[in-house]
Amino acid sequence: MFNNLPLWPVRGSSGAGNVDALYIFLLALSAFMCLAIFTMILVFATKYRRRRGVEAEQIEGSTPLEITWSIIPLAIFMVIFAWGAVIYFQERTPPRGATEVYVVAKQWMWKLQHQEGQREINELHVPVGRDVKLIMTSQDVIHSFYVPAFRIKQDVLPGRYTTAWFRATKPGVYHLFCAQYCGTMHSGMIGQIVVMEPAQYEAWLSGGGTTGSLAASGESLFQQLGCPTCHRSDTQGRGPNLVGIFGKPVQLEDGRIVWADENYIRESILSPSAKIVSGFKPIMPVFQGLVGEEQLNALVAYVKSLSPPPAGAAGGPGIAPAGTRSQNPKE
Amino acid sequence: MSNSPVTVEQHGPELLHHFVDAEQQRDAATLGMWLFLGTEIMFFGGMFCAYLIYRFWYYNEFAAGSRSLDIWLGTINTAVLICSSLTVALGVRAAQMGKRKLLVILLLLTIVFGLAFLGIKGVEWYQKFEEHHIPGPSFNVDDLVKAYPQIHIDPRHEQIYFSLYFAMTGLHALHMIIGVGLFVFLTYYAWKGRYTPKYYTPVEMGGLYWHFVDVVWIYLFPLLYLIDRKPLR
Amino acid sequence: MSTVAITAEREHYLNKEYGIRSWLLTTDHKRIALLYLISITFFFFVGGFFALLIRLELLTPAGDLVQADTYNKLFTMHGQVMIFFFVIPAVPAVLGNFLVPLMIGAKDLAFPRINLLSWYLYVIAGIIYVHCILTGGVDTGWTFYTPFSTAFSNTKVIEAGVAVFIIGFSSILTGLNFVVTIHRMRAPGMTWSRLPLFIWAHYATSVIQLLGTPVLAVTLLLVVFERAFNLGIFDPNRGGDPLLFQHLFWFYSHPAVYIMILPSMGVVSELIACFTRKRIFGYNFVAMSSIAIAVFGFLVWAHHMFVAGISLYSALVFSILSYLVAVPSAIKVFNWTATMYKGSISFTTPMLYALGFIGLFTMGGLTGLFLACLGIDVHVHDTYFVIAHFHYIMVGGAVMGYLGGMHFWWPKISGRMYPEGWGRLAALLVFVGFNLTFFPQFILGYLGMPRRYWQYPPEFQVLNVLSTAGSTILAVGYVLPMVYFLWSMRYGKIAEDNPWGAAGLEWKTSSPPPTFNFDEAPVVTWEAYNYEEIPAPAEVPVEQ
Repeated sequence: MFNNLPLWPVRGSSGAGNVDALYIFLLALSAFMCLAIFTMILVFATKYRRRRGVEAEQIEGSTPLEITWSIIPLAIFMVIFAWGAVIYFQERTPPRGATEVYVVAKQWMWKLQHQEGQREINELHVPVGRDVKLIMTSQDVIHSFYVPAFRIKQDVLPGRYTTAWFRATKPGVYHLFCAQYCGTMHSGMIGQIVVMEPAQYEAWLSGGGTTGSLAASGESLFQQLGCPTCHRSDTQGRGPNLVGIFGKPVQLEDGRIVWADENYIRESILSPSAKIVSGFKPIMPVFQGLVGEEQLNALVAYVKSLSPPPAGAAGGPGIAPAGTRSQNPKE
Repeated sequence: MSNSPVTVEQHGPELLHHFVDAEQQRDAATLGMWLFLGTEIMFFGGMFCAYLIYRFWYYNEFAAGSRSLDIWLGTINTAVLICSSLTVALGVRAAQMGKRKLLVILLLLTIVFGLAFLGIKGVEWYQKFEEHHIPGPSFNVDDLVKAYPQIHIDPRHEQIYFSLYFAMTGLHALHMIIGVGLFVFLTYYAWKGRYTPKYYTPVEMGGLYWHFVDVVWIYLFPLLYLIDRKPLR
Repeated sequence: MSTVAITAEREHYLNKEYGIRSWLLTTDHKRIALLYLISITFFFFVGGFFALLIRLELLTPAGDLVQADTYNKLFTMHGQVMIFFFVIPAVPAVLGNFLVPLMIGAKDLAFPRINLLSWYLYVIAGIIYVHCILTGGVDTGWTFYTPFSTAFSNTKVIEAGVAVFIIGFSSILTGLNFVVTIHRMRAPGMTWSRLPLFIWAHYATSVIQLLGTPVLAVTLLLVVFERAFNLGIFDPNRGGDPLLFQHLFWFYSHPAVYIMILPSMGVVSELIACFTRKRIFGYNFVAMSSIAIAVFGFLVWAHHMFVAGISLYSALVFSILSYLVAVPSAIKVFNWTATMYKGSISFTTPMLYALGFIGLFTMGGLTGLFLACLGIDVHVHDTYFVIAHFHYIMVGGAVMGYLGGMHFWWPKISGRMYPEGWGRLAALLVFVGFNLTFFPQFILGYLGMPRRYWQYPPEFQVLNVLSTAGSTILAVGYVLPMVYFLWSMRYGKIAEDNPWGAAGLEWKTSSPPPTFNFDEAPVVTWEAYNYEEIPAPAEVPVEQ
């Protein structure tokens, strides 16, 4: 058993190798530093152990030495920082055109919704080689979506969306863990990512009973809740026309310009007065408490479907960073 | 105690034995009090930080909440505190000059001002209670929603304003109560003649603390009461 | 220098007065240090007991020793007890309280009554926390993250929050005392550049305590208010922001880790100097590095939040700053190692702990580089990798420093020598037990085992078993000093004033010191670590 003790999980995604490469570099660097220091200590401890008649030599210090062993580590640290930053940037920038999966975390399970309408609990089926972007929110406390084989992790927060992405490269079944303590069954909030060959994945897709695509169920909800009364598809509505707005800037009546992303749509449904579009009045009713997380996901998916693809993230650092109040990456 | 052969200079019982001389004792007390006030700045600072962030996000609700406070009572309270700082400063001077009676009067005046401040604060809080603006189960800001139709008020964000209002003014009031208590002790000892031109450090330190509590209010007042008092458009 | 005959019982701080009142109402910094010693040792064993239960549960993948809720309470309370009631106070409140006035030549700290007050605040907080433990405990994780702590947990969050709030003030008052004392009460001739590095370290620590702890206090206060009065400051359902809590919390809790390590670094400087019989190499740099750590330590808090939902740009800033704060720590390690060059080294128990510190702190510090690295942190955040990292620093570092210091200054504190053979055995057990407990956890973490997990997938079992085995050895290593220190108070060899032949004003007075520390007020005319002038003593074993 000890012979096969691995040092890292299987590499199941396109990014895993990059992370491991940096890890191995750091391991090597650390091993070297430890070896160097421990050897020096051992050598000094032996060579300069206390002997009768041999006094210690009082040495004040050496400024050149101090500077050297400050600058060199600092330089190495900057290399590590930069390398890690590049990987992080890639991790937090989902590619355009990624397939979206909506995730709702709750104590103590993961609920996932594919765009085509499949719902899964604690399991996510994906095809090999496809970019998958997770749009995640929590119904209650903070959770965290962690797939060690993909080397991805992202906290899932109540009240807003955060995103993560991956491209699976190897068929198999991989652990999904909740990585942010969330109460009694935090350690039970686990599942699996099932990565399949594309053909098998298509088979799986058509196999399950679906209730129509996510956007379609969003559309019917949109009708049910009476949204078209104000959000008409012409300029006569009391609310802004939602066709084509997703992924574009929106001018607000207080002069600010915000980006119409998932968080914006979500906030506009739950707390419409936060951002009033220029030229409109603050008359939209508040839907907080009237729609659940999965319904919100469906509505968001519907609004997105009204805009031309790619309906993915804006080219910037992703949807995740901002709070529900403004999309500008701040703080 | 046959310890230090350092000559014992003429000093009263107020020189504590671990200090070399009165000057060291006073220096230590002063540095200690300033450091303590530094910690208080960090303490209030955390709340100010939360306030600033939420105000930036929920400006409208903060403005509406601010308008619902009684600006006259707030102004009077500000004046009361500033006067109390004056009496404190004059009190320190009286101690410096050895004027015991004057010192006692000024300290008592300070206490009166402090109690006046707390009383007015109590009245304001009671007003908030009657208006159902105290966060909790009976929180209700329909009155504000109606009063400001031109801005859209989210009651949840309004509750954050009032939560911070009560937390900040409450913490401030607690510090005032502690201050008043301190000054009761100071007044008692002043009356007993303990403070002389050679030794009035406790009065000075009490004064520093009182000024600090005053300064905190000087920040609280505009931040809480004066967010947006322009005439409504 | 009073080398009094053993027959006559010389008066010193321990026998000056007897009776419980003379202890509970003392203002003598040395007695207060002992009061703290008793309290923190008690909590060390409470926290250690929780740790043993955790490790026992983790022997098997299934949750079969305790229930899930109980386990969650165990790791929460292990963390809170160890951090707030043990590691943060240990070196400053025991060794610092005892030694700071002695080392600078003062009769006491600047504010002796405030010193006693700080102990009482500790005790009150301790009573509240013990009550909390006994009446159900708290299960929020030591970090109290919202909204779980404010709106979902069914445990005694308010009580725990109040206890930590109160003990925060104990910490603040200790720091205040030290800063004023070091500034204003140094003996004539004790200039800043003649101060022992232990003092520099405690000065830097105290600054952090003063500036950081109040922020934790107000944050916990807001959490308590939110829970008690249904406010919504951190609750997203009411417009609040859970990330605001995290920022406010970590603004203190990151500098707090420097509160935990800096004093032990000060101890290590003293031990290395004494047992190499040399001035510390690069004194100025080591002193300044303590200040640098204190300053930079305040700038890196959000490296605990790289996957929490902060912006990418924030993350970049905090990552790069985190690398900056690593440099001064590295400087210390290099300087300590360089001190050993051409020294005259002996391997007493304190020295073993000091060397162990350097080794383990180096490993812990290097793994900090992994965590500061954005790309790696995404994978290892909230896994056992983090747990291993901070235990290497806090246990392999801070606690080893504390134990080394306790052994080194035990003769000064108690007037007795501890049994050296047992001391070395305990040090060895601690070192071996520690590595066996925590090294496997690095591997576990990178393999993907999340932290705070009551049950885990079976493939993680082998490493968990190794870790638990190590913890039993570690436990023995910790119990031994308890036993032989107590034993030595009665049967230990009587100590001379300066059994180690160490530099420092504390060694120029008797062991134990008189109540007012020095028979004659010292005047300092020599540099720190003037080992060329101090003869090596017989106590330290000498090779032929």
